Amino acid sequence: MSFPWAKPYEPTHPLMKWMDEKLPIPRLVYNATGPGYPVPRNLNYFWNFGVLAGAALMIQIITGIVLAMHYAANADVAFNSVEHIMRDVNAGWFIRYAHMNGASMFFIVVYLHIFRGLYYGSYKAPREMVWLLGVVIFLLMMATAFMGYVLPWGQMSFWGAQVITGFFSAIPLVGEPVREWLLGGFVPDNATLNRFFSLHYLLPFVILGVIILHIWALHIPGSSNPTGIEVKDEQDTVPFHPYYTAKDGFGVGVFLLVFVALTFFSPNTLGHADNYIPANSLSTPAHIVPEWYFLPFYAILKAFTFNFLWIDAKLWGVIAMFASIALLFFLPWLDSSPIKSSNYRPLYRIFFWILVADVLLLGWCGMQPAEQPWVILSQLGAIYYFAHFLVILPIVSRIERPLPMPNSITEAVLAKHATDATSASATA
Amino acid sequence: MVRPLGFLVGLGFITALVLAILTTPLKNEPNVAHEFHKHPKHLKLASDGILLPHWDKAQLQRGMQVYKEVCSACHSLHLVAFRDIADLGYTEGQIKTFAKGFQVPSINPDTGEPATRDGLPSDYFPSPYANEVAARAANNNALPPDLSLITKAREGGKDYVYSLLTGFQNPPANLPAELKPGTGLHYNPYFANLNLAMAPPLTEGQVTYADGTKATVDQMSKDVTAFLVWTAEPKLIKRIQVGYAVFFFLLIFTVLTYLSYRNIWADKKH
Repeated sequence: MSFPWAKPYEPTHPLMKWMDEKLPIPRLVYNATGPGYPVPRNLNYFWNFGVLAGAALMIQIITGIVLAMHYAANADVAFNSVEHIMRDVNAGWFIRYAHMNGASMFFIVVYLHIFRGLYYGSYKAPREMVWLLGVVIFLLMMATAFMGYVLPWGQMSFWGAQVITGFFSAIPLVGEPVREWLLGGFVPDNATLNRFFSLHYLLPFVILGVIILHIWALHIPGSSNPTGIEVKDEQDTVPFHPYYTAKDGFGVGVFLLVFVALTFFSPNTLGHADNYIPANSLSTPAHIVPEWYFLPFYAILKAFTFNFLWIDAKLWGVIAMFASIALLFFLPWLDSSPIKSSNYRPLYRIFFWILVADVLLLGWCGMQPAEQPWVILSQLGAIYYFAHFLVILPIVSRIERPLPMPNSITEAVLAKHATDATSASATA
Repeated sequence: MVRPLGFLVGLGFITALVLAILTTPLKNEPNVAHEFHKHPKHLKLASDGILLPHWDKAQLQRGMQVYKEVCSACHSLHLVAFRDIADLGYTEGQIKTFAKGFQVPSINPDTGEPATRDGLPSDYFPSPYANEVAARAANNNALPPDLSLITKAREGGKDYVYSLLTGFQNPPANLPAELKPGTGLHYNPYFANLNLAMAPPLTEGQVTYADGTKATVDQMSKDVTAFLVWTAEPKLIKRIQVGYAVFFFLLIFTVLTYLSYRNIWADKKH
């Protein structure tokens, strides 16, 4: 499970020896995130985002548990109970805003974590299982965030629930019954709110469980690194503690600074004004838009406006939206290039950056009303999204000629320092 | 196997999208109301921004007077309790007297019949109507919204509320007939569909300010908007102040973690 040179756990204190015989949790921690876990020495700051996602989840769980002490999941009082938290509960405004913006921070770091994986080929053998579990976590996060957004029972909560559960009604024959079963009625109501609250409390702990599997699966081959070359010997690695605990500590500091700036100075920027209006089933908001982290997928949904073959436009949109996430499960096999890091993939690297721009464009279009030019831009964006993963990537990985690669991580590190030194002496 | 199948699925989606592009008109349906619609004017308040914002208590008191004497005839403020107005600089005695000026619903302790009693500081601002049906019946079937959260519940926030209050005017001559205000409606270019059920609520000198400020429509609109910024988020100023303390604490923490990171890695090329 680890490299032969990993530092063994040798407790010296009698209590720790006793503990190690009975329940070796200290050994587990030592070998997982302590000196017993050798990690490539060349990880850059993009490798901080896994730990940051874990930190974001813990913040959500802790603030969420406190919110649940004051929140009432009943359609008659839910909205006012949130305002009660904002006005009357000690520091309730802070807990609530932290939870609200914590969800955004969680998605920001997870998106950066995913794009890190896409750029550096972290999904490739021997880490396919790490990637697959990551996609499962992403799906669970989306479900959790959606149900959490329903709980304040504002206008966007209600109409968001109406629209998103409406996706299921696009399925022929069983769609409408499935939707009613999910909602517990014909429209979102008290039954919906109660079950969403229950699931919103449950799913984060399911996420926590899958994260443990994600880390377990990671620790079998060990962490990837920016060169994409696997670890060859001891000098390629450093012990996780103290090297990466220190670096992650700094990363957590920067993360918290951004989080605090958002929470205290601009807590409603990423939200929507309509959600401060209590839910009203008789009044439809002019623009129903989901939270920002769903916008690229929402744009893909809306891009399909044509009944093609025997499938109508709405069902195409729903299928495409689910497919746009589901295709990530097949990514390790769609990309057949043995080279992991895009640093050595001149052609794929270009398409990677187009994909980044494309997802940002789709996100922007997802926010706009169904008018031109946003419709055609989201259609073009959706074409590129599917083309990138299903057409371009398999072809590129076959025809691309990779750049020359160093023989080992250490060689890459020393070469980088040699060029830094020459350029430094040249300028000096 | 995955790649050929993926290729086919990809072609399916791309074909559906190309057909969608070809069949979607590139021109939008003209939206005439759009041309007459105006973006909100900016309103500068003492509570704005993050550089030492504060409550202008004199203005909030004036704003509350406007709410009480004008808006409260139709609009409720059900998230705000009398005790909360201590934030506006009122003393405990003043709040008790203020609350006493309102009659709140209660129950006759002897008979159990519905009754009213004098307000207490723990009571909330009473609603002008017993229920939604009564509110609509009195307002030409329109429902006056609760104002507690109004500056957070509209795009444009305080700017929108201020613009709406000062934006009533005669419809422009070139306004198409279908956009002309119908019976009981009033033209206001800041309102989404241009015609608003609320009549212009403020007229020059409608309230008499105790501090001698001249009660122009613009002044009253500013004051009541400032008051509604406070009702929407009474913890706003405290939030910014705590934010600074937390931010600077974390800044020191982050600098220290950076230094320890550099120190630990000093002997390791990476």
